[in-house]
Parts: sequence; structure tokens; C-alpha cells
Amino acid sequence: MNKIVNDFSITVGTKNGSGSSTANNTILRSVFKMGIPVSGKNLFPSNIQGLPTWYTIRVNKDGFIGRQDVNDIVIAMNPDSFVRDLASVAPNGAFFYSDDIKQPITRTDVAVYPMPIKTIVKNDPNVPTDYRDLVGNMVYVGVLAQMIGMDMDKILAALTFHFKGKQKPIDMNFNALKAGAEWAKANLEKKDPYFVEAMNKTDGLIMADGNTAGALGSIFGGVQFAGWYPITPATSLAEGLNDYLPVLRKREDGKHTYAIVQAEDELAALGMAIGAGWAGLRSMTSTSGPGLSLMTEFAGLAYYAEVPVVIWDVQRIGPSTGLPTRTSQADLTFTHFIGHGDSHSIILLPGDVYECFEFGWQSFDIAERAQTPVFVLSDLDMGMNQWMSKPFKYPETPMDRGKVLWEKDLEEIKGNWGRYLDKDGDGIPYRTFPGNKHPLSAYFTRGTGHDEYAKYSEDAGAYMRNMERLKLKHYNAANYMPKPVNHPIKGATVGIIAYGSTENAVLEAQHHLAKDDGIHADFLRVRAIPFTEEVTQFIEKYDQVFIVEMNRDGQMYQILLTEYPQFAGKFKSVAYHDGLPAAAKWVREGILQKYEGGRMKDEGGKRKKTSAKKMTTKAVAGSKIKKEASKKPVKKSVAKSKSTAKAKKK
Amino acid sequence: MTETLPMAGVTANVNLAGLSKNDYRGAPTTLCQGCGHNSISNQIVTALYEMNTVPEDVMKFSGIGCSSKSPTYFLNRTFGFNSLHGRMPSIATGALFADARMKGIGVSGDGDSASIGMGQFKHIMRRNVNMVYIVENNGVYGLTKGQFSATAERGLQLKKQGENPYMPVDICMEALVSNATFVARSFAGNPKQVKELLKVALAHDGIAVLDIISPCVTFNNQENAFHSYAWGKDHEEPLHEISYIAPRNEIILEREMEDGEVREVAMHDGSTVILKNLERGYDPTNRYEALRVMEEAQRNNWLVTGILYVNTTKPNLTSIYNLVDTPLNRLTEVDLRPERAMIDKINSLMF
Repeated sequence: MNKIVNDFSITVGTKNGSGSSTANNTILRSVFKMGIPVSGKNLFPSNIQGLPTWYTIRVNKDGFIGRQDVNDIVIAMNPDSFVRDLASVAPNGAFFYSDDIKQPITRTDVAVYPMPIKTIVKNDPNVPTDYRDLVGNMVYVGVLAQMIGMDMDKILAALTFHFKGKQKPIDMNFNALKAGAEWAKANLEKKDPYFVEAMNKTDGLIMADGNTAGALGSIFGGVQFAGWYPITPATSLAEGLNDYLPVLRKREDGKHTYAIVQAEDELAALGMAIGAGWAGLRSMTSTSGPGLSLMTEFAGLAYYAEVPVVIWDVQRIGPSTGLPTRTSQADLTFTHFIGHGDSHSIILLPGDVYECFEFGWQSFDIAERAQTPVFVLSDLDMGMNQWMSKPFKYPETPMDRGKVLWEKDLEEIKGNWGRYLDKDGDGIPYRTFPGNKHPLSAYFTRGTGHDEYAKYSEDAGAYMRNMERLKLKHYNAANYMPKPVNHPIKGATVGIIAYGSTENAVLEAQHHLAKDDGIHADFLRVRAIPFTEEVTQFIEKYDQVFIVEMNRDGQMYQILLTEYPQFAGKFKSVAYHDGLPAAAKWVREGILQKYEGGRMKDEGGKRKKTSAKKMTTKAVAGSKIKKEASKKPVKKSVAKSKSTAKAKKK
Repeated sequence: MTETLPMAGVTANVNLAGLSKNDYRGAPTTLCQGCGHNSISNQIVTALYEMNTVPEDVMKFSGIGCSSKSPTYFLNRTFGFNSLHGRMPSIATGALFADARMKGIGVSGDGDSASIGMGQFKHIMRRNVNMVYIVENNGVYGLTKGQFSATAERGLQLKKQGENPYMPVDICMEALVSNATFVARSFAGNPKQVKELLKVALAHDGIAVLDIISPCVTFNNQENAFHSYAWGKDHEEPLHEISYIAPRNEIILEREMEDGEVREVAMHDGSTVILKNLERGYDPTNRYEALRVMEEAQRNNWLVTGILYVNTTKPNLTSIYNLVDTPLNRLTEVDLRPERAMIDKINSLMF
């Protein structure tokens, strides 16, 4: 049997609440420390204890670490999912199981390894009785480590990190792990092809989850206020603020420059954040879909009252009795139009843990610059799983507090200002904060019922002027949105647009489409709405643009259709949503399904079953819609003035 | 905004802050003539003027409804936020963190606080946010033309609505059981008491609830209605006469008052409240007594007014957070962004 090195997937089936996450993280971190690209994803139910749960690890020397549907190695620890777990092993794969599960082995095409986990743990006098189940998980790590060749030093490093250097738990767990490894060495014969071998592809990288990264980014962005309410999978973002703020913003006088308030519900969470944002604080909240539903009315108010606030939506499947522990990109159109009446949201779309940090601080600059809510759409996969990442980078630009007038600014302009007056022609007015002692600083805040000077008004003209200014402000914001990330490929004839956590899956699909299907697709990962000029230019280049996303209805596709109606014919929706982190398989298959060869339409609408490889040559021939499509999008409201000038301008 | 330019020329009557009463006024009211809310707005103007409070030192808030419109009609020079229906408490809670030296004045109504906003109402009580929370209570939805509110008494008859079948919510009782630190009830038909209560409430460090029966002359002012002028005048039972004595003012008690007739309450800011007890020797620092007197009032159909409960020992919300002395909204990047070296520390904390 040929060895397969650094290219396989491992899935561990356990019971929820059995404490297996330490064990699974140890596998993940050890492989990472061995220098091999790796990802780990927790596929868990909405439950504290008892239901089946899986943890899936992708090891890939080429860096394709999106989730795989294939399970090369399966470790079965849960009798309730045993049959399903055994059935899920790929042919010629490996099946490890705890030998106290007495169920028939119905497969002959896989290597089967029973593990005497309970016996091994029982024989260790240093493991207290009530720790046996927890420590037992370490035995399977030891058996696996022995069978695939994991490095014991790296495993110890992972455990030392996990237990924060506390010797007692490190020893207890490492001893159980070693006992498992020794048992395997003495008793098991290698019958499967999977091995790990050290590489250097993770040098200089860190591992972190997106919620922690988002919290840290927010802290480096100078967060001053957060109102929040517990909801999976966003909770750990607010908890991250509570964990790290005392460390990172510690002062000698012991006083605080921030306040984090757990609110009574999501309405109050955003209400508090808006109150703080209105009064001049860098303010945020974090939630998930159902929480965002509750925040809708407030989000609308903040849009019209022009209050800066950052709202993180760590997307999952809603409602509460939906699949709340499964990942999703299905809040996009909801967020885009959130509120009431005409509204457009600024949305940031981080694609990985690094960007969760980056957008953590950038979102405040954007919110205060544009004086509007900024939504950061993460998801459960990014938010709660450990991802490899470049180390976080210190913000490269100083804080942008936007257009703010304090006492001396008002003196200079002799108090001649209007809260909603578009003095600079960029749609962004000036604002003042409570506490400003200038007698002309104050204004009264309400929705749209005001004139340029914040005076109560129901005048039709004043309303329309205000609404047009808000629209101008929105589209101008494209000037300071994060630009998309391009993954080009030689000889590209079609484009792929995706966003968020699907990047790894799309990169892998892009590779296979080129290598196996002959379709060369340029890939653009969009990172913000409103769309920047680069997005327009990308769409202009190709006759077919596949929009890949994790939802049912193709929500980014819908938004692109409305923003670029002139390109409607090019867009092809590849939307897929099963609650699991994106996999290259459905991305590739979805694109193949929608792919059209260039000459197809000329053949009387009859679709021949030509292989995609043959079709590529035709695709180059071009399509009828190309000429028309290359027209520039009409966005009359984008002002020429790129006034990003600092505040205090007269 | 030039029309609000203050202090032009020398005004005859200025307070210790050098401001005239005009500096405390707002836009002309658009509420109905005779509305109790207008009377309360006027007392807010007078109370702040007499207390020498600078308008820039307070923030005003409201929810939605007739009552919530009224912040436009006082304190033009004060930052204000007319927010969402029932959501004033959360807006105020967040905003007051920006400058903890400032005081909040919130105006809500019975619809805004006792129905849609009941959750936020109760939570702002338990958080002891530093603001005066006025409920202009008239038992009826005015802005939507005369529906029952949650404080309407059972049996109330309203045009188009018929008879109210439900028991009412008692604002003061709800505030008290939610651990409010200052609870008072008043009647817009008794402006002198409203003014003194406003002063005491403003001096209170923490949440101060003023449930002011404020008749709706258009939809709910029938003589037999609980929230009408006539009913209030006939049934008001003040617990005491209230005099607010500003800090540093010498307290001179009338000679003829004997022990037990007068009660003094020292407020957090150094001011004093003199309560001249009427018939009952009521002690407003006793929470149990407060519940008892409210229960008694309900049973006997009294409109009990005055300070029902005051507790000056509990810290307000922002002081719990141990904030820096500089207002948070005046902090800059130096205070807010961790220094460069911290990024390495953070990266080393990750795996």
C-alpha cells in the first residue's frame, strides 16, 4: 500500500459534553506545530450534554484546508453514532473505536483498530475516577499519534498551551496519551496508508478563532462601549472583550476607559450601543441572526439618525429552534436592507481570522467616518473554530474619528453649523457630542423628521434632500471600504465571486476546475458592501461570473443583480447551504452545473452534454452579451469629491 | 441654529449660572392646550433654572408618544435624543457612559414605559442609571387617538374603546420592586409639588422615577376617570410637603415644628430635602413602608403623592464601572489604542 502523507481528513465522533474538545484541539495544534497546513471544525448540536457531535480535521500539504466531505480516518467514541461513523469511512480508510462499544463491524474495506480506552485509563492510578472519561479522550489521541506518526514534542507543546502551563493536568493528560501510544505500538499493525510528516508550511503562523480575533481587533480599535446579549455563536466575542480589555487597556490608576454591559435583550444591547455611539464613544454589539432580527428597529433608527455603531453578526442558522450551532451566510440581504423604509447598510465581510482582527478596528473608523451602523458579517465556522492565521498586525493607520466639532471648533466657526448640513458635499455632516459646553453645540436627535439644522420638520423637500444625502453618503463610502482580494489564475475565462469563510473551499475548487475540468476561473473575494471599483472591473472582465455562497437563495447574487443590473446576464448563482462549513465539492459541482460554453446558446438552445473540458475552448469565443455588459455601472450619486479630510474643516 | 443664540444683552433676571429662564426653554409646544405634559415641561424649566444647572450639563431623552415629544419643549441648549417606542432606557444607559458627570432627564409615558417598554423600564431601575425618569401618566394613548394604556383602571370607559377589562399596572410599584433607588408620585395639577420633586430627583444620585399623573384633556379627562384633573384634585393625598434645600443653603426650620413632624433627607450632592409630614408619620427611606402605603392607597382609592421611597446609599451605574475622571468621549487614541508592543504579546497568547 502506498503511503499517503499529509493529505487526509480525520473525523472524531463523540458525545456532546464528554470533554473531547481538549483532545481534538490537541490533534489540531500538534499537526499545526508540525508545520502542516491544517483546519479543525466542530460540528456540534444545540445541546450541552448527550447528543452526538463530530470534530473534523483536514490535513493538507498543499494548503487546501476547507472542510472535506470525505472521512479518511474516523475515530468512534460514541455508541449512538457508531453505525453512522463506521459507514462514513472512505474505502481503504481507517476506523478507530473504543472497544467497550460492542457493535458489529460491517465493513471489510477499511482498517479497523479497536482501542481498550477504558482499561488503559483504569490502570493508571494517577487518574481520579471522575476524570477517567475526560482523560480517556487523550488515549485516542495517543493511539492516533502512534499510528499516523505525530510528534510527541509537539503534542506536549499543545497540551502545555491548553493547560496554560499547569503541570498537574498536563502530566495527567500526557501520560494517558503516552499510554495510548505505547499500547498501539505494541498491539496494532498499520493497515491504512495515512501518515503525517513534518513540514515548514505553518512557520510564523498563529492559531485563533474569529470571535477572539474580532474582540482583540475591537480593542485595538479603541472600543469604549459594548452592549451585548448571549447568543450562540456570538457570545465568545463579547466574552473576549471582557477577557482581554483588562489586560490590554490596563492603567496605572486602575480605572477604566471602557464599559461592557450585558443587556436584558438584543433590543437593549443595540439601544445602549447606539446611545453610546451617539454620545461619542466607539461603540459596538455582537449577535447572530435572531438577535439581529430584534435589533432591526434600532438599526433603522441609527441609520436615519446617523449614529456610528459597529454590529457583529456571527451568522448561524436561525431561528432559535433552527440549527443554531450550524454555520451560515444567510443574513446578507437581511442586513443589507435592515431597518424600515429605504436603507442601505455598510457591510464588512471578513474572510478569515486575520480579517476578523483587522475589521475589528477598521469598522470603528468606517462607522465614525460615515456616521452610520457598520455590520461585520462573520459566521460560526470562522467565529468559533480555530483557524491558522498570519499573526495579527498593529493598525497601520491612526484612528479616524470622523467629523466632530468640539468647543474650539465651534468658536472658530462662530457656532454656525447644522447637524445634517452637507458642508463638504460628500453626504457626511458634522456632529457634536453631549458634554460639549459651547451653547450652540447641542442638537435634538430624531429619525428623518428634521431639517439640515436638526430642527423638527415634516417638510417634503427637507425629507427628500436628507434621503438623497444618505444615499450619496452610502455610495461614497466605497472610497474607504476594504478592497476585494483577488486570486487570479492564468488563462482565466470566467470569474468567481465569493465572500467570507468559503475562501478555502473556493480556492480548492478553483484548483480542481482548472486541473480536472479545464475551467480557468479568476476568483475575487469581496470584502465589503458598497462594492468598490475593483468589483466592477472584475465583473466587466468576464462573460460568466459565478457567485458562490452558503445560503439557499443566492443573497450576494441578488445584491449584485440590483447593484449591477446591466451585468445581470453574466451572474450565475452557486448557492448551497447545509449548515456545514463550505466544502470544495459543492463549489466545484455547482459551478460545473451552471457553466455554459460560449457557443451553447447558438445551437438552438439545445444543451449538449459536452464535458466541461471541451467547453472551455468555446467559452473563450465570447458571448453575445459581452459588448453591452462592459458599460460602466451608473452610479450618479457617487460624488467626485473624495473628501476624507479630517474633521474641524470649516 | 442662530435663532437660539443665548444671552444677548443683559437680562434682568439671571440665576447663579448667569442664565435667564429663556436659556432653559424649548420650542413652543405642539401638544393640546391644557395637557398636563405642558405643565410638567414648564416645571422642568423652572426647576433647572432655580437649581442653577447649566443646560449643557444634562442630556434629555424620550421614547415615543405625546409625552416623548415634550423634550423638544424644554432645554433647547441640551443634547436630546427622541428614540424608539419603549426604548428610551437603553439609549440613555449607553449615552450617559460618555460623560459620567452629566445627568439624564428622561420623559416617557404610560404607554411607552408600562407596555412596550416595560422590560427596559425595569432593567434601568435595577441598573440605577443616573437620571430622572419621568412618566407622564394619563392612562391613555394620545398620539394614536385614545386607546387604553396599561395604567388605565379597570372599568374605565373610553369613546370607541368601550370598557377596560384589565387591571392596571402601577408604575411606582413596578419601580420599587425592581429596586429603584428613588420613587415618587405626583400630579400635574399640583405644580409646586412637581417642581420640588423634580429638584430632589435631580439631586438624587441614581435612577429617580417620577410617576406624574398628567391628564389627557382630549381623550381621558372625564370626571370619574382616575387620570383626570377632577379626580386628582378630589383624591390627592400628599404624604408630606416637600422643600428642596440646595447645597450650602442654611436650613432654617420654622419654630413651631416639633420633632416627628419634620423629616430631613440628606442627598448625595449635599442638598437636603425637608419633608413636612402631614397626617401620617411617613418614612420614605423604608422600602417596606413604601409598599404598604401604595397598597393602602390602592385599596382606599387615594392618589398618594410625594416621595414614596429614597435610598441614597446605592452607587449609580457609571460609578460601578470605575471610569477614568476624563469623560470617556474626550479620550483620544493615546488612551484607547493599546501600545504597539501589545500586538506581540497578543500574538504570543495565541497558539
